[in-house]
Amino acid sequence: MKLSGWGRYPVAYCRLTAPRTPDALAEARSHGPLIARGNGRAYGDSAMNEDNTVSTRHFNRLIAFDDSTGQLTAEAGVLLGDVIDAFLPRGWFPAVTPGTKYVTLGGMAAADVHGKNHHIDGGFGKTIDWLDIMGPDGTITRASRDKNAELFDTTIGGMGLTGVILRLAIRLRRVETGWILQHSHAAPNLTAAMEAFEAAHDAPYSVAWIDCLSTSDALGRSIVMLGEHAPLDRLPTRYRQIPFGPPPRRKRNLPFNLPAFALNRWTVGTFNAAYYRANARNAGTTYVPWDTYFYPLDGILGWNRIYGRRGFVQFQCVLPDDTARPGLEALLTATAEAGQGSFLAVLKKMGPEGGRLSFPMPGYTLALDFPVSDKVLTLMTQLDRITLDHGGRFYLAKDARLSRDMFHAADPRAATFAAMRRETGADTAFVSMQSERLGL
Amino acid sequence: MSGGAVLILGARSDIGMAIARAYAAEGHAIQLAARKADTLEPERNDITLRHGVDVTLHELDALDYDSHATFLDSLPTLPDIAVCAVGYMGEQSDNETDMQAARLVMRSNFEGPANLLALLANRFEARGSGTLIGISSVAGDRGRATNYVYGSAKAGFTAFLSGLRNRLAKRGVHVLTVKPGFVATKMTEGMDLPEKLTADPDKLARSVLRAAKMRRNIIYVKPVWWLVMLIIRNIPEAIFKKLSI
Repeated sequence: MKLSGWGRYPVAYCRLTAPRTPDALAEARSHGPLIARGNGRAYGDSAMNEDNTVSTRHFNRLIAFDDSTGQLTAEAGVLLGDVIDAFLPRGWFPAVTPGTKYVTLGGMAAADVHGKNHHIDGGFGKTIDWLDIMGPDGTITRASRDKNAELFDTTIGGMGLTGVILRLAIRLRRVETGWILQHSHAAPNLTAAMEAFEAAHDAPYSVAWIDCLSTSDALGRSIVMLGEHAPLDRLPTRYRQIPFGPPPRRKRNLPFNLPAFALNRWTVGTFNAAYYRANARNAGTTYVPWDTYFYPLDGILGWNRIYGRRGFVQFQCVLPDDTARPGLEALLTATAEAGQGSFLAVLKKMGPEGGRLSFPMPGYTLALDFPVSDKVLTLMTQLDRITLDHGGRFYLAKDARLSRDMFHAADPRAATFAAMRRETGADTAFVSMQSERLGL
Repeated sequence: MSGGAVLILGARSDIGMAIARAYAAEGHAIQLAARKADTLEPERNDITLRHGVDVTLHELDALDYDSHATFLDSLPTLPDIAVCAVGYMGEQSDNETDMQAARLVMRSNFEGPANLLALLANRFEARGSGTLIGISSVAGDRGRATNYVYGSAKAGFTAFLSGLRNRLAKRGVHVLTVKPGFVATKMTEGMDLPEKLTADPDKLARSVLRAAKMRRNIIYVKPVWWLVMLIIRNIPEAIFKKLSI
């Protein structure tokens, strides 16, 4: 069937099966190299294999929960949103969450996803106690920091290329409420935004929306949003009746693709300027429900269709601390000059490294969405170059078009990872369109 | 929110399991009945963890009619709601030539389910309350060359449910007939189903719960099926017999 990632680019006809048991999954290996696919939220071709894409959607059961430690054991196809539904009312929240709850736990591990607390808590991999992985020979191995540590470290952030994650144990964090105490303020330019991140190092959550079309003095102007889980005693009385927040918002659906002309320099520029001004005016401290704070876009199912029929691509890189400033300036200037702005431009300070191929490193990450066009693809190549020149690297869960040479030049760990795959036989058992494109 | 127990007959089916999950999410205790019930332990565990409700497993052979009364008496409580998702499609080509295969389809889709619901109906009637939900099929609306063995058994089941409803309407017992069109389940895996006409089990479950709450009588899960079947039912037989649909 026709398959794509969340960005709806690229699209390919893939043979997709959905085994119901580990035995049936092992059997799927007989159709050649495969790649596991969770909920299809990676943006590009990470979870696509034309001959053998294997959905983990039937591996969707919770297995155990330990109320004293917050350890949850679950099958890899469980959605993060289901974990929240089940455990937030009991006072537990994911210790690390990406910007959507429609991801599977297995996908989160494979991409070693990060959240707004990465600068303090690290990536999702840090919250994993162990993984059960089906390897190239079809046997299942349990890997943790103590046992089969090599497999553990390469699987976290390994994009499904070491094996299929079947089960995992993760830690949830205790929360008293489902509300987030949010402090937001406007940063009139990049310097101010970065200063805000440095000053807010102790804030549990931090992220900035950045206006990627602003130029000169206002280059990189941002709304910096800090957050923390609101303790019960600080919650306004009117919210205390519902400490775990109102039920998630009614979902709206974007039922069709917007025409390509709906997004252009003028509309996006106008939106960004208005968004910046509105938020600058409303800066301050507010109580926000968890769903709105962590998953603002989940409220609009199918928001990926606003970018039109050709789909969209996301550029996300991380730059090390010492080159972040000039690097970000160069990236933003190139984007603004090309006039290819996106609404969903995000800046975030990152903390320590994770698994062997995990994306994060200490520094700053910038994420930009663009509707697919020839001009955009040219701009992205330019952004790749700037990233490379500043010692940065790329996020594979967002990638749909990076070149093999660029990837290997920016990430010397890739060669080691590829060698490991050849050694274990994973290179002929687990293959995605992305791994072939990037030579992993 | 919480409510009385919900019994799922044929809990291994994707539809039965989806309905079980939907009721558990509303706080109902769940009784899962199927053959080799102990293999449903992972599901039991999962539903308990997600929704904090009691889930019990019960051995049931829908084709062993004599065991049905004992089975119902062994349940922890007489359920408030009973869902019959027992069914088996088989292969039409086998069903045409192998009478044993055909008989299995007829027994699995009509005799077994009817026997179970008959016994439950009497118990519900005596109590003066309860909801019976039967998963039938649009295939029962008119016999077609491509699946008339399955279809005829479902037609029997649909008629049986209709009669039960008529009999129990004044007795406080409600009967809901569900006629799913295509549903993406184990039963239809590998079939090339038209996307617009195909429901997923979770959506189907939500429709069933809503219909049961509103005390609807017959539902087609995707409304378009009502129209499709209206047309199919009304094609004159002289023409219908020459069609291949």
